[in-house]
Amino acid sequence: MRPVGVAGLGLLGAVVFVAAFGPVLWGDQATVVDTGNLLAGPSAQHWIGTDNLGRDLFARVLVAARLSILLALAATAISLVLGIVLGAAPVLVGRRTGRFITSAVNVLVAFPGLLLVLFFAVVFGVGARGAALAVGLAGAPAFARLCHTLVAAVSERDYIAAARIAGVSRIRILLRHVLPNIAEPLVVNATMAAGGVLLTFAGLSFLGLGVQAPDYDWGKLMQDGLNGIYVHPLAALGPGIAVVLAGLAFNLTGEAFAAAPGRVRPLGPARGPSVRTAPVPGAVLSVDDLRVTMPGPVHAVRGVTFTVGEGEAVGLVGESGSGKSVTALAVAGLLEPPVRVEANHLVVAGEEDHRRLGTSLAVVFQDPMTSFNPAHRVGPQLAEVSRFHQGMSRRTAFARAVDRLRAVRIREPERRARQYPFEFSGGMRQRAMIGMGLMGNPRLIVADEPTTALDVTVQRQVLELLAEVRRETGAALLLISHDVSVVTDVCDRVLVMYAGRVVEELPAGDLRARARHPYTRALVAAVPDLETDLDRPLAVIPGLPVDPMSAPAGCAFAPRCPLADDHCRAVAPPLLAGVACHKTAEVRV
Amino acid sequence: MKTPVTSRWPRFALRRAGRLLVSLWVLVTASFLMIHLVPGDPVRAALGPTAPADLVLAHKEELGLLDPLWQQYAAFLGRLFSGELGASISTRLPVGETIAQRLPATAELAVAAFLLSVAVAVPVGVVMAVITRRGRGRRAELAFTGTNVVIGAIPDFLLGVGLVYLLAVQTHVFPVAGREGPSSYVLPVLALAIGPAAVLSRIVRVEMLAVMEADYIRTARAKRLTNLRVYAVHALPNAVTATLTIGGLLLSSLVAGTVLVENVFAWPGLGSSIVTSIVAKDYPLVQGTVLVYGVGVLLINTLVDVVLALLDPRSAIGES
Amino acid sequence: MSVLSFHEVSVRYGAHTVLNGVSLEVPAGRTVGLVGESGCGKSTLARAAVGLAPVTGGHILLDGRPVPNRGRRPVQMVFQDPYSSLDPRMTVGESIAEALPERLPKKARQAEIARLLALVHLDAARAGDLPGRLSGGQRQRVALARALAARPEVILADEITSALDVSVQGAVLNLIRDMRRDLGLSMLFISHDLAVVRYVADHVAVLHDGEIVEQGPTARVLGDPRHDYTRHLLAAALPLKEQT
Repeated sequence: MRPVGVAGLGLLGAVVFVAAFGPVLWGDQATVVDTGNLLAGPSAQHWIGTDNLGRDLFARVLVAARLSILLALAATAISLVLGIVLGAAPVLVGRRTGRFITSAVNVLVAFPGLLLVLFFAVVFGVGARGAALAVGLAGAPAFARLCHTLVAAVSERDYIAAARIAGVSRIRILLRHVLPNIAEPLVVNATMAAGGVLLTFAGLSFLGLGVQAPDYDWGKLMQDGLNGIYVHPLAALGPGIAVVLAGLAFNLTGEAFAAAPGRVRPLGPARGPSVRTAPVPGAVLSVDDLRVTMPGPVHAVRGVTFTVGEGEAVGLVGESGSGKSVTALAVAGLLEPPVRVEANHLVVAGEEDHRRLGTSLAVVFQDPMTSFNPAHRVGPQLAEVSRFHQGMSRRTAFARAVDRLRAVRIREPERRARQYPFEFSGGMRQRAMIGMGLMGNPRLIVADEPTTALDVTVQRQVLELLAEVRRETGAALLLISHDVSVVTDVCDRVLVMYAGRVVEELPAGDLRARARHPYTRALVAAVPDLETDLDRPLAVIPGLPVDPMSAPAGCAFAPRCPLADDHCRAVAPPLLAGVACHKTAEVRV
Repeated sequence: MKTPVTSRWPRFALRRAGRLLVSLWVLVTASFLMIHLVPGDPVRAALGPTAPADLVLAHKEELGLLDPLWQQYAAFLGRLFSGELGASISTRLPVGETIAQRLPATAELAVAAFLLSVAVAVPVGVVMAVITRRGRGRRAELAFTGTNVVIGAIPDFLLGVGLVYLLAVQTHVFPVAGREGPSSYVLPVLALAIGPAAVLSRIVRVEMLAVMEADYIRTARAKRLTNLRVYAVHALPNAVTATLTIGGLLLSSLVAGTVLVENVFAWPGLGSSIVTSIVAKDYPLVQGTVLVYGVGVLLINTLVDVVLALLDPRSAIGES
Repeated sequence: MSVLSFHEVSVRYGAHTVLNGVSLEVPAGRTVGLVGESGCGKSTLARAAVGLAPVTGGHILLDGRPVPNRGRRPVQMVFQDPYSSLDPRMTVGESIAEALPERLPKKARQAEIARLLALVHLDAARAGDLPGRLSGGQRQRVALARALAARPEVILADEITSALDVSVQGAVLNLIRDMRRDLGLSMLFISHDLAVVRYVADHVAVLHDGEIVEQGPTARVLGDPRHDYTRHLLAAALPLKEQT
């Protein structure tokens, strides 16, 4: 729990204590009439002075806590219960009734709370009970909306569908599945809403529409004090401070609960590279001992060394969590603090500083649906590259963008360039993304799972386009994929990654038949293709992928490897002659 | 995707207009029913227990309260269409006239406070998002959220009281109350704007933080643009939608928030008159004021939706 | 063992037609593969069979009678996303128990849960775990166990391996084949991956734009495709280098 949460809970505890015991402890003091001290200023006896009957204001502020808090809680409870009933109704009643309730709530939510409060205050009349009902009813639409949104999000989850198919009744689904999963945000919001309601109440009493004499809450005390603000400011400000403190108590507690998870310790400062090494001559990409650490710490990449030659196509395969995408992002210079990137060297196209790369590095991302900026048209997004790096005018850059869209075989490029990304299909966007890389003269294209989000038939077109682009521009390619067949199709050479390390490096043609690392062989065998023997079970890799939070000392694959012995578990094998395994001698190729 | 965007506009307009009409109807009906929902005899309550019975009856007659409900409703709607809002019970003045007199003062206050809060909140929110992105700038974040939470816990009328005490009572920089000359606007506008500015800056920051994690921002960085360009050209426009939505809600809550602030500063607007008329049970005046507030809020909401649709044709029009 | 049959089933949302007159039969004890690209209506067909999507035309019959849409359903479904298909606040055992058709005393319930977990090759000790402690592959197996708990006649498997890593996918596919062999279940197996469907299905139906363009025994459809679209799909599944 962070200090903010501690402060919030402490404050809330104090407020609750005063509300519970205030009238008992200071009740008498608050009603003692001291005719010698009417409307007195602060003194040792009366810390914030007295009112027009000479009653001690500090005691009255403390005593008023109970009524103020109780009214706020009562109103919040009314809002919450009504809100849950209205918000959850669409789950219980039929579709049509549910839709009617939802649109009614949408109409009501458009009116500001205070306006609704005033409306209900008219109906229920001036006074504490009327005000509590008014504030409670007025808050219900907002809660209903929130509850509805939360319920709708949970209802889309498959476990709700599974429960329905299993024959679980609607009420039981609501009680067992929906409410428990929305309880947390609801409680957080209710806590903060209670803070808001407290302020609204103070406002109502301040206006004279809430608590009526002889009862008093903080708002009423403020109203009484405001008349004398010239001579006696604390009489108005004292109860005001009480309102603020109580409001803070609710808000801070809510904040603390809302932000509780997801805090990770930041990483210490990066150690400077232990060794500076020179890049491999002639390579368009040269990486030596790349290590990437994320807050946690998660050791995503644990020492990766490789090169990509001019015009070469290198594939990086591995399962999720193997560190392949992180390696790609590091190569593209797209990792920012708090992620820590270290390497003996990481040189792209002769440059160590990514900012000076200009257009010699192109990047294609996995999800074409989210990789274009939805707020801008496609053409200008491409043109931006040339305007920024090559100093072209808006018009020439746009013409270049149209030309590049044509080059990646997008039909009617002039019209398409003026469209927004959402008007493009997934395959078209991915081609446009490749076109964006071609605005300059890329020497290296980093493609991170460029076909994973696409349909098979479209995948094929994008891979062919990548191959064609390479033929025409002579650019090298670093292709990241989980799909062994995609990599063998496109690449000359393949690096296999497991748990943040390269476990094998081999020609793409050898991947299916001549792999030497047990993991590579299992990975290839586990994927059925159109020639898989149907009479035998598929090869499986027993056990689970490594947890990146706990990097093992020895070979990371050892716990899942049929050949592993104590030596494997204790000593990490280095990458020697293209394979990182102590047992290569036992693997029959 | 197959239907061109332009052909969706009429449908959007139709749907939005439909919603406005339904909301207006709800508002009008609610304000009509308000007087009937009051427990007991509203006219007796307004005139006090000592009023002679025939006076009460005469007033009821005049307000049409003796007719059947549907007839009253029809008459109410009829009068509304001809712009007639009835007469105040206490002052006997036409309600429309009173509102027309007081509305400008309230509108000025709300609009000025809205502009001020947007002008402060957007830059602050964006800068704070950039400083605190990806868990950086812990201290700045703590200071920002801390200030924000504290401001959020101070009701606007209390801010008003505090400002009056500091800047009017103690130092006489600004007038204590009333609406005379530009300097009299400073304190009420400040009191009204500070809270919403805090809320809005917070929303802007959260939105910017979310947008800065989006894939297309990574794309923009892969183009190796300057940070300023990435944030201003690629991130900000995508954070505007949510900001505007919240901004619209804020503006409508500002309209209502004037009620309290006007009372602190004795501002001659609708807010002070609605409170006195509620206390005095002057129902025709309350009814008219609620109607005017409500219509204002609905118009603002509709305006925001239209602007959103213009800015982001995909999400606003595509929504079902 | 039961037969699930779709007769001229159509599903429309407003003006948008998702399925258009689809007829398909899942014979008793057989696995039928349904292939097609995203958006072709594969999932909708399965969801229609369990009442999660509105059928606007045609009938879906189980052994000649309409599939019951209330109470325990004899047709169960397993979903694609292992992270959304288990309630994060219910233990594995509770999730499975919820699908049991009758209320059992505690002992018997625990034994039944252990038996179902064993069927999907999971340790009975897993019953007390929350889904957050399971891997994607383990979650999919729990989802299968939950479907089996309802004693279904037919199981609909909607892209159940596509969210899994390759090293885990094989184990789930083997399990599917074991289940058909040992339990004699009828199954509709939906996937975009021809190689996966070839491995588990006896029959294949190819769905394109809401219509079935070809169906027949797996070996025939994949070995001798008659519709252009099937050939197109097959060509895309072959390695690039072997084509040219």
